[in-house]
Amino acid sequence: MKKFYYLKSNKKNLKIFILLGFILIFTSILDVILKSSLGINLTSFLPNTINFLFPLIIGSIGFYFLRFEYTGIKNLDLLNKNINTNDFNAILTLLIIFVLIITVPPSLNWLIFEATISGETKESCTGEGACWTFIKIWFRRIIYGMYPDEHHWRINISFIALIVLAFVGYFTGNKLRKYLPLYYIIIYPIIAFLFIYYLISGGSFGLVWIDTGSWGGLSLTFIVAFFCLIFCFPIGMILALARRSDLPTTRYISISFIEFWRGVPLITVLFMASVMFPMFLPDDLFIDKLIRVIIAISLFEAAYVAEVIRGGLQALPRGQYDAAKSLGMGYWKMHIFVILPQALKFVIPGIANTFLALVKDTPLIFVVGLADFVGMITMAKANPNWLGFVMEGYIFAAIIFWIICYAMSNYSQKLELKYKTDK
Amino acid sequence: MIMKSKIPAYLLFFIGTLDLIYKLFFGAIFEPDSDFYYEYVRPFVTFTPFIFFAIGGVFLKEYRVNNTLEIYGTTKFNYYTPQFFVFLFTILIFVFFIYNAQVNMDTRGIQFGFDFLRQEASFDVNFSLIEYDGSHSYGRVYFVGLINTLLVAVTSIIICTIIGVVVGVARLSPNYLIRKVAGWYVEFFRNIPLVVQIFFWYFAALRTMPLPQNTEPFFGSFFLSIKGFYTPSFLWNNLDIFIYSLIFALISIIFIKKYSDKLRAQEGKQIPVLYISLSLIIILPLLSFLLGGSSFEIEKPVLKKLAKTSYIFEGGLRIPPEFIALVLALSLYTATFVAECVRAGIEGISKGQKEAAASIGLNRKQILNLIVMPQALRIIIPPTTNQYLNLTKNSSLAALIAYPDLVLVFAGTALMQTGRAIEIIMIVMFTYLSISLLISLGMNWYNKKMAIKEK
Amino acid sequence: MLDSIIKIEKVNKWFGDFQVLKEIDLDVKPKEKIVVCGPSGSGKSTLIRCINRLEEHQQGKIIVDGTEMSENTKNIEQVRAEVGMVFQQFNLFPHLSVLDNCTLAPIWVKKMTKKNAEELALKHLEKVQILDQAQKFPGQLSGGQQQRVAIARALCMEPKIMLFDEPTSALDPEMIKEVLDVMVNLAKEGMTMIVVTHEMGFAKEVADSMIFMDEGKIVEKADTKEFFANPKSDRTKLFLSQIL
Repeated sequence: MKKFYYLKSNKKNLKIFILLGFILIFTSILDVILKSSLGINLTSFLPNTINFLFPLIIGSIGFYFLRFEYTGIKNLDLLNKNINTNDFNAILTLLIIFVLIITVPPSLNWLIFEATISGETKESCTGEGACWTFIKIWFRRIIYGMYPDEHHWRINISFIALIVLAFVGYFTGNKLRKYLPLYYIIIYPIIAFLFIYYLISGGSFGLVWIDTGSWGGLSLTFIVAFFCLIFCFPIGMILALARRSDLPTTRYISISFIEFWRGVPLITVLFMASVMFPMFLPDDLFIDKLIRVIIAISLFEAAYVAEVIRGGLQALPRGQYDAAKSLGMGYWKMHIFVILPQALKFVIPGIANTFLALVKDTPLIFVVGLADFVGMITMAKANPNWLGFVMEGYIFAAIIFWIICYAMSNYSQKLELKYKTDK
Repeated sequence: MIMKSKIPAYLLFFIGTLDLIYKLFFGAIFEPDSDFYYEYVRPFVTFTPFIFFAIGGVFLKEYRVNNTLEIYGTTKFNYYTPQFFVFLFTILIFVFFIYNAQVNMDTRGIQFGFDFLRQEASFDVNFSLIEYDGSHSYGRVYFVGLINTLLVAVTSIIICTIIGVVVGVARLSPNYLIRKVAGWYVEFFRNIPLVVQIFFWYFAALRTMPLPQNTEPFFGSFFLSIKGFYTPSFLWNNLDIFIYSLIFALISIIFIKKYSDKLRAQEGKQIPVLYISLSLIIILPLLSFLLGGSSFEIEKPVLKKLAKTSYIFEGGLRIPPEFIALVLALSLYTATFVAECVRAGIEGISKGQKEAAASIGLNRKQILNLIVMPQALRIIIPPTTNQYLNLTKNSSLAALIAYPDLVLVFAGTALMQTGRAIEIIMIVMFTYLSISLLISLGMNWYNKKMAIKEK
Repeated sequence: MLDSIIKIEKVNKWFGDFQVLKEIDLDVKPKEKIVVCGPSGSGKSTLIRCINRLEEHQQGKIIVDGTEMSENTKNIEQVRAEVGMVFQQFNLFPHLSVLDNCTLAPIWVKKMTKKNAEELALKHLEKVQILDQAQKFPGQLSGGQQQRVAIARALCMEPKIMLFDEPTSALDPEMIKEVLDVMVNLAKEGMTMIVVTHEMGFAKEVADSMIFMDEGKIVEKADTKEFFANPKSDRTKLFLSQIL
């Protein structure tokens, strides 16, 4: 039906075939557009199945006519080589185009064109599209959680300050550059902790104490991700070194530790932290739930980081170890000054991946009662005044997470390229 | 010390193992009945097996150093001291935990033990493959949860493999559009957290499904409603005959394959194994229907009115929306990683291999089967198995949408009802650890067997 | 004079916009040994890869042993069974033993029995003097050994023509001789050979004619003695002075 072999395109009638081909393809696409977006069915006089397959048939005939091995016309050859090498490819291409035509305009419609964002209440959402008013009204809660409105400036200042301090690395002159690792691994986390303790949590210097139970939203996501990353990196490094140690005790304890944390799901780890862990502490010692969760996630991720770093240590050529040893360096000196700085180059993509996974795992803390970004959205959609906006909530969450994760993975790819070529 | 034989070391290992088994399964019998003992000594006594192992290890090391050419690397002191402190430190941490746990359990009046598994559970589970109702024990609850977990995991693994392979191959297609679309798929589903995807499918997408009375059937008797996916189910007669015919078909395929290998080696003739296998798989079960007395009736789901506005489907098979949402999210998410593994495997085969194979006259199908796939599979399978493991662990997110998997049913409801946090979480973690360990061991065995020999 | 076994007429090839072969005309008689030399990027490898259609030419005709190379796949596979090729990177199949590497094509393409294929393979492995390594795997062999296995693998299909694409360029100097020795023996036995190489010593000993290519064109084609003694084109002279 689709193959008119006796009508094979030949170069003599090049122009005619090209014209014919494009007309047919254009017709097929037009037909799909009319059928899906406007509901106009030009070919309704045909029996049902043929009507349904009509664009596909016409389009593939069109591509068939266009199929020349080499015409000399640059764009046509590009088209042919890429999407029109044989019938199968042509049909797949058409299907993809049709599916895009059928799905994209309605989605864009719902997302943007017929969406409402004005107004203050549920009733303002009169259009057929998404009700972004819902997000607008709940925006503060979604970002800050149940943190009291009038104190939001404390969170804002802390975050801005921490972001600025993170970029110190760009501005240091060459003389101070060798202190950078020390800064990032020890000083910066301490500063961050002080900010969190005194500014966000409060309780001294005249600031109201705000219980961690009220923290929530995107700010909580960032806090958890940030601290888990800071803690899991040094712990992971120690675990990796221990795993490669010559001392059997250290090695086996490290292996058991790593394999344990890697073998269990994060959700059970969180349950353990919130339900089981208090049983292991003396009655009078109460550790805040948020801190318990951060410790649990850090230990969990540290096991994965340990494996990544171990890979880096193994990838380092033995010559480095030999050279350092022959210079008389002991175990710790060798590792701190020679091995680890070089191994870290290999592990950067792995660490970036782990951090990405960490960010994607933070929504789980909802299970133990901490309302992070996704948790706040789940709570918002359950509010009696705003029922029925589930789609908007989760699509918003998906978009935000997608932007963050895509940006991070892009950045890590750039880093990986930079370190590869640096060599 | 000079160790002249390995026997003391192995003896200590043996005693330690016995002690460990005894302590794990039988508890302590030889214990004085004093408070002081219970509070302060008992936590340490828990670790006697490990002390036996440690001393045995020291003896073994001494033996090796004195009787073979092995050396310490540094001095004896530098070798043993750090290990002693690490060991002590680890034990002290554990002792601290156990001591507190004991005290806390005492004040709450609970005993550590696994006998609660025999108690009656008295709660219902809304989806189970094996028979279960409230009167069964907690032990049975564990199995219900485990089977549900495995069901979700296996189904998702199958689907995500199919999607992953298709997308992975598509990423390398010479067709520009296909390549781009596959790339978008991977970037899109990889960067959205699994939790969000599960929530989306369950709370957003599947909630827009119509109520039972309003669903339009497709392909006759398949209904996708808000209460689940209803399909006609099979009511079998003589199911065993059908199963036997399937097994027989599979066994004969194995024999045909062996025979065709032999034929090719001895006479150079090639027979179309694929077609023969396919026809066997179709014809033999067909025979079981015509001659063997197997038959099945199709039970279609039928709309039934329960109350004024509430309808339900009766009969047929109901796949709960929780299951659908979980499988959808897990498959689409994990497929992105599988696709990347597949792509890496195929790209890892250098172009020269395909050219060399072509230059000796092999056709496209032969190049794929004899040269590309064997090498590509060696690269693809290890990381893909890792992804399967991740998928199984991620299936525990079922707790978020009330799908009764192991975590929700056992570490959730059962834990809340009995309060035995430590025992239950231990069991759950042990289950997942065993699954991980099994798959890792299997992977190691596979790697050793298939390793491409090098110098 | 016997008819040509390879006829290349007015062949042009482009990679996108870049023309890599320009108006190539070449006749190869049976049992003739031709060495193709020239600077890198001159199209030498591309030319011989067009002969067994690992590359496709856009204009012109290539006729190998009476079959014209075109899109027709059946023809291509037929031709490839008669034309053997040895690559710069050896391209042995790492997951198969040396013996299996050699018997693979005879079993699957020529449908030989395993016994006959192994006899054939062992015969050729002995010719390239690597019989004792028959059960080893490529990863366990040195570069020179691997290349000799690659030659044996190609010979197992009993080809009429052997193409060599810089066979010794990836080898350590001490292994080049063992491979060249095998190629010299092959030439003495009467095989039609087209060799792309920089080894001029080998060329002087074995080649009937020399071809010099530059920028996609055949600049000079001559009998070996003539070529080295009286190169006609200036570019040839320059090239020879740099390489000898």
